[in-house]
Amino acid sequence: MTTPPIPTPGAPPVLLRVRNLKTYFVTEHGKGTARAVDDVSFELYPGETLGIVGESGCGKTVTSLSILRLVPEPPGHVLPGSLIEFEGRNLLALPAPELRAVRGNQIAMIFQEPMTSLNPVFTVGDQIAEAAIIHQHLSRSAARARAIEMLRLVGIPDPDERVDHYPHQLSGGMRQRVMIAMALVCHPKVLIADEPTTALDVTIQAQILELLDRLQSELGMAVLLITHDLGVVAGHADRVVVMYAGRVVETAPTDALFERPTHPYTEGLLAAVPRIDAPRARLHAIPGQVPAATAWPPGCRFHPRCPYAWEKCAAEEPPLLEVGNEPGHTARCWLVSEPERRVLKR
Amino acid sequence: MTLVDVRDLVKHYAGERSWFGLGRARAPVRAVDGVSFTIAAGRTLGLVGESGSGKTTVGRTMLRLQEATSGKVLFDDHDVFALDATRLRGLRRRMQIVFQDPYGSLNPRMTVEDTLREPLEIHGLKGAVAALLDEVGLDAAFAKRYPHELSGGQRQRVGIARALSVEPQFIVCDEPVSALDVSVQAQVLNLLADLQGKRRLTYLFIAHDLAVVRHIADDVAVMYLGKIVERAPATEIYAQPRHPYTRALLSAVPEPTPHATKQRILLPGDIPSPAHPPSGCPFHPRCPHPRKNDRCRTEPPPLRPITPGHLAACHYAEEPM
Repeated sequence: MTTPPIPTPGAPPVLLRVRNLKTYFVTEHGKGTARAVDDVSFELYPGETLGIVGESGCGKTVTSLSILRLVPEPPGHVLPGSLIEFEGRNLLALPAPELRAVRGNQIAMIFQEPMTSLNPVFTVGDQIAEAAIIHQHLSRSAARARAIEMLRLVGIPDPDERVDHYPHQLSGGMRQRVMIAMALVCHPKVLIADEPTTALDVTIQAQILELLDRLQSELGMAVLLITHDLGVVAGHADRVVVMYAGRVVETAPTDALFERPTHPYTEGLLAAVPRIDAPRARLHAIPGQVPAATAWPPGCRFHPRCPYAWEKCAAEEPPLLEVGNEPGHTARCWLVSEPERRVLKR
Repeated sequence: MTLVDVRDLVKHYAGERSWFGLGRARAPVRAVDGVSFTIAAGRTLGLVGESGSGKTTVGRTMLRLQEATSGKVLFDDHDVFALDATRLRGLRRRMQIVFQDPYGSLNPRMTVEDTLREPLEIHGLKGAVAALLDEVGLDAAFAKRYPHELSGGQRQRVGIARALSVEPQFIVCDEPVSALDVSVQAQVLNLLADLQGKRRLTYLFIAHDLAVVRHIADDVAVMYLGKIVERAPATEIYAQPRHPYTRALLSAVPEPTPHATKQRILLPGDIPSPAHPPSGCPFHPRCPHPRKNDRCRTEPPPLRPITPGHLAACHYAEEPM
């Protein structure tokens, strides 16, 4: 974790700005439109780690794919009015060649499943070198040297040998290191890490998270860390965006989020996590399940599962409201303006 | 009273032959390599390990979903491995399993009702599907649905209902919540705990997540490369882990607390292949214990009592790290 930049107005310049992002999917059998990402906004500052947390179906992965225009169209489409601004340019309006110059070069991405994201018929060295050849116009031999250097950087033993190995010859943890080496070969300003450790064992996860932290401070890039794991966010993010049902429901500096969760969904999620330091007891469960993206509930999308909800919540969706005197802490909940209503009804 | 007694269970998979079956056989994979434990009636043993540790194979061989290479499993004093097909079927009614993947373990062409009725018919039992659904917290209307119409949590409830339908005494829960989101995971864990209380069930709860196991298990066994490396009552093992691997596992769990003060033990390297386990103590190449020495490289440490009821397989389990 690096020193958290304080997002005060006029202070550090925004590196990546997502504004009113709407990514919808036309579902099969004409069952309607899935509003997977529905008006999402956030900013990423240089050098920081921004965590995006949420459960399956909340829209966190589609958000990350939308940033690099990797959403397959059709069935998906990013609606007009959405803005993804990187260094003053709207990525959504960029012609394909200019977008390619950004993608994998200034903004890179690593995915959850390293086996399916690597090409099985090329050596890992070729795959790492590819981006350096395309974006930085390195010669083959220089790119190979760069690939070896990257393998060493990500902590792969015997990089001179490993460079000629194929993905199937590597363990899951090693493959994820190769993915990271591929993503970082052009020294991107932004790294999007989509569930980078979800498929890994816990001891290997710890290695990879430590590696990402180290590389971030060495290379000074900003990281968008997308995860379902509140534990990963607590240890590695400076700020957090919580998503539910295609919406941002809470944003806060990491400490504030864990000390004073404000949205009832964040509160419920934190209480539902089994803790290694807590005695055996019943876990807090959020009743019900995430609604379908084709039929988000009216009003606040969390109200059918919310222990505090009242009539207003079903009728009218709250905007993101500023929480008390906390800079950068917002929650999409009427409780922010009517805190006396925070009384459990069940 | 001991309900389940596993003695020196071994499962080796024959090594594959290279060159389309004509070449030399590779080394056998020692998936489970001499595992012993008991579970008392009404209790839960949490069996914890990372991928390749053999934990799932233990559960499957105990129920004879796979044949063991050697060893013995006594269930209520019946020798499970010695039973013929008819008597095994009778015993299977009393031992059930809930699988990890609620998508892969339900037949997509069968309604929930058909899925729940099938085991009842096989065993010639009468039982009400509606009551079963109610017990696992599903509305009776779910009986007519197909698996694709259900969420992951609902499918896992159906999987639990199917296991319960024949009124077993013992259930192997093989990573039952690891495919679920955290809010739903809590619902299913609470359900399993409630059912255990109500029906006096005995569980073998297989998981990779030590935090989840903490909320359900009375006793915990930690596996590494086919062997149990530590076994103790749950409160003991979390308060005072003895094996360096358990200590590292506990320290690697990301906790939802910023600036957690605990000491991180970062293990180097990967889990070795169970086809080529290291000599001596299987954990020695990654072991961070300051006392690690040549003895660890040559002499396999036995699983031995450190304090009464607390076993660990480490030559230096008594010493601080």
